[in-house]
Amino acid sequence: MSKYQRVAYYPGCALEGTGHAYNQSTKVLGSALGLKLDEVKNWNCCGAMEVKNIDPKVQTYLSSRVMSIAANEMGASVVMAPCNGCYHNLKKAEHDLAHDAGSREVVERISKKAGHATYQAGQVETIHALDWIKDGVGEDELKRRVKNSLKGLKVANYYGCMYTRPRHIFPEKDQGPGSESTSKPHFMDDLLAAAGAENVDFPLKTACCGGAHTLSDSDTSTKLVLNILRAAEAAGADVIATECPTCHSGLEMHQVRAEKVLGQKTRVKMLYFTQLLGIALGLSPRKLGVHENVSDGMEVMKKFA
Amino acid sequence: MIHEKSLIRPENLKTHDKLVIDGVDVSGHWSTFIQSRVVTDYNERLEEEIAALPGGENIHRCWQCGSCTNSCTVNAVNPDFNPRFWIYLIRMGMESELLRDKDIIWQCVSCHKCTYACPRDVVPEGVMKATAHWLELKGHTPKSKSMIFDEEFTAQVVATGKIEDGRVIRNFFARTGQPLLQDWLIEMVKRVARRLPFKQGLKMGLAAVFRPRTRKWGKARDAITEYVQEQEAKQRKALSIE
Repeated sequence: MSKYQRVAYYPGCALEGTGHAYNQSTKVLGSALGLKLDEVKNWNCCGAMEVKNIDPKVQTYLSSRVMSIAANEMGASVVMAPCNGCYHNLKKAEHDLAHDAGSREVVERISKKAGHATYQAGQVETIHALDWIKDGVGEDELKRRVKNSLKGLKVANYYGCMYTRPRHIFPEKDQGPGSESTSKPHFMDDLLAAAGAENVDFPLKTACCGGAHTLSDSDTSTKLVLNILRAAEAAGADVIATECPTCHSGLEMHQVRAEKVLGQKTRVKMLYFTQLLGIALGLSPRKLGVHENVSDGMEVMKKFA
Repeated sequence: MIHEKSLIRPENLKTHDKLVIDGVDVSGHWSTFIQSRVVTDYNERLEEEIAALPGGENIHRCWQCGSCTNSCTVNAVNPDFNPRFWIYLIRMGMESELLRDKDIIWQCVSCHKCTYACPRDVVPEGVMKATAHWLELKGHTPKSKSMIFDEEFTAQVVATGKIEDGRVIRNFFARTGQPLLQDWLIEMVKRVARRLPFKQGLKMGLAAVFRPRTRKWGKARDAITEYVQEQEAKQRKALSIE
C-alpha cells in the first residue's frame, strides 16, 4: 500500500477562495479513489508569491509552521499541497532548513516565540496532488476505474513555474525513468493519458503566466497568457489541464482581459486536472465544480460526462 | 557587447556633414565618432548594498554568462529587461547607468527560469527583487504596484495568518488608485455568476465580512513583526539611510 493513501492535506488560501473548484474536485476525486485526506489543523498561509519579497525567511517560517503542525501535532509523514505556490514554498522551506543555518535560526526563533514546535528538516515529505494520484493510485489502477474514457479530448498540459523551478528544491525530480522531469514534466500527461485523453505536443508546459504580477502588471501577464493560449490552440488542444489555482485563474482572467482589452479572442477552455480525472471516473461535472470555472468547460465536457 | 552599450547610445554618437582632420575627410555616416566619456560617478558600494538586501546575497558570484537574460520571461516581452546587464552595472558600480532602467526592474515575474539556468547560483531572481527594493529604499522610484501588492498581502498574512483574496484585491486597487470596476473584471464576474450556485456566492461574500484567520495567531504575529522590523533597520543601516 502506498504511503500516499493517507496524507495531511494543505489546501492553502487560494483553494478557499478563487480556487474553490480545485479544492472540491481534489477532495471528491480523492474519495472516489479511496485516498484519505486529513486537513492540516489550523493552518496558515505559506507566504505565496508575495511574502518573500518582504522577507524570504518569514516565508520560510510560515511554510515551516504548516509542516510542523502536520508532523508534530498530527503525526503525519506526508503533506500534500495541490497548489503550486504552496507546494513550492514548502519544498523551498524544506531545502533552506536543510542547508542554511541562517534560515534555521530565524525559524527557531519565531517558532519558539509563537509557542509551537520548531519544524526540523526531514520530518515530513511534501508532495503535489499530481504525486498523490500518480503514486497513491497509479496509471494502471486509474485505467481500471475509468468509466467515461476521455478518448478524443485533446489536452494541453500546463504545469507553470513553481512545480519545477528552481530544480534544486526538488531533489526527487530528474532521477531518471519513473521520476518527474523539471524540464519536461509529464505526471499530469501520464494521468490524463490513463484516463484516455489525447495529450497534444505542447511546447509551453512550463512557461510563465505572469501570475506574480497578474494585477500589478496586467499588460505583461495578458501577453504571457495569450502566448500560452495560442500555443495550446495551435497544438490542437480543446482544453488546457491545470494543476495550480494561480495559473488556472491567471489563464482564465487574462483570456477574458485579452478579449476585452486587446480584442484577441481564444476559445480553449481551462479545467483542473482533478476535474478531468473526476469526469473520467464518472463523477458529475457539477460535483467537481466545473460550473464554477470562469472558462466554461461544461459544453466541451458534456459528451464525456 | 552589453558592456559598451552605454557608450554607443544615440546621444554619444557623432557624425559630421563636413569635417576634415589632418587632411583626412571624415565627413558622413561612414566615419561616425563615439564621443569620449569619462565615468566619474562610480558608486563603489553599490554591489555591497544590493548584497545586503534579501535575494542579493550571491550577486558576487556572477561571471556574466548571460544564461539569465537568455532564459528570461520578461526579456522575451521587453528586450530592455536585461538581468545580466544590470548585474554587470551593479558589480561595476555604475549607478547612473542602472538608473536609466529604474522603472522596469520591478517587472520580474519570479518565474525562476534564470535561477534554474544560472550555473553560478547567483539567484538572479533574488537580485532583481533586491535591486527593485534598493531603488525604492534609496528614493529613486516610488513604490511599484507590485511592491504595494506584496505589502498589502504580507500585512494580511502577518495580521491574521491567512489571506482572503477578495480583500487583497480590493485593498490593492484602492491603494494604487485604480477603479475596481474594470470592464474585464466585470465581464469575468458575470461569466462566473451565471453558473455559480447561490451557496458558494454567499460563502465568498461572508469571507469578505468574516476574515478567515488562523486561531491563536497573536504570538506568531508579534514574533514576525519584531523580526521584520529588525531586518528593516539592518537594511537601512547597510544602505546608510537615516
